[in-house]
Amino acid sequence: MAATRASVYAKPAAGATGFETFSWYFFRITGLLLIFLAIIHLVIMHVSNDVSETSYQFVANRYANPFWRVYDLLLLTLALLHGMNGLRVIVDDYVRGRGWRLAWMSFLGVVTATFWLMGTLTIVSFHAGSAPLGTFFHTLLHLK
Amino acid sequence: MYRGQSGMWSWLLHRVTGVAILLFLLVHIVDITILGFGPTVYNNALTVFALPFVRVVSLGLIAAVLYHSFNGLRITLIDFWPKGARYQQQMFVGVLAVTLIGFVAMGYYVLLPVFQGCHAHLCG
Repeated sequence: MAATRASVYAKPAAGATGFETFSWYFFRITGLLLIFLAIIHLVIMHVSNDVSETSYQFVANRYANPFWRVYDLLLLTLALLHGMNGLRVIVDDYVRGRGWRLAWMSFLGVVTATFWLMGTLTIVSFHAGSAPLGTFFHTLLHLK
Repeated sequence: MYRGQSGMWSWLLHRVTGVAILLFLLVHIVDITILGFGPTVYNNALTVFALPFVRVVSLGLIAAVLYHSFNGLRITLIDFWPKGARYQQQMFVGVLAVTLIGFVAMGYYVLLPVFQGCHAHLCG
């Protein structure tokens, strides 16, 4: 097991293929992009502005410009895939037994898909003044 | 993973900060989803982030992002820069130094409103 595990961290040989090789490069490429995307995001939300100012109206002003929707969508997608792939490597390191591994990998897949969809729908469908989730639950609770 | 004492600690810290950032990301996706409930619900929920205790937690998260970013850059340099492995220890010291500088600089802005007294959203 140790031999296969070490291969996850070691630089793949030139011309190597397969999922773990893809994953190795994916970590480094998305990581480099995320350094800029995440740190700029933190500076905007915690230095240029204060968290107490990042209200609904702040989001509305920001999302009037499609650039920030694309920016946030990129940050969401890369951070979630980078992070969940990291968790996959950790599970791969510590979880033994075929059943548990399959259960964990399925769980990680479902969590990734669910949260990516939640974030993406929020970023793409945000429209100032409309409350689709509010309307949905209101309708649901008043169904007879 | 990359031999030696600091190599092990940098690796462990990379893993721990990575999991912490991922957990916050999941929380953050849930809190932005609240936008779908409209301005009143969102603005009320958001006041949580302005609480002094939550600001300290945010600052911990900022430190985690800074460390994970700079140490990730160090790992990439070890992998692609021919002299990377030779200077890994010096680079680790550099990672800690830059993380600390960023942490102090951003900490000033994150905690300043607490010391400036009542903020409109903080105290209603």
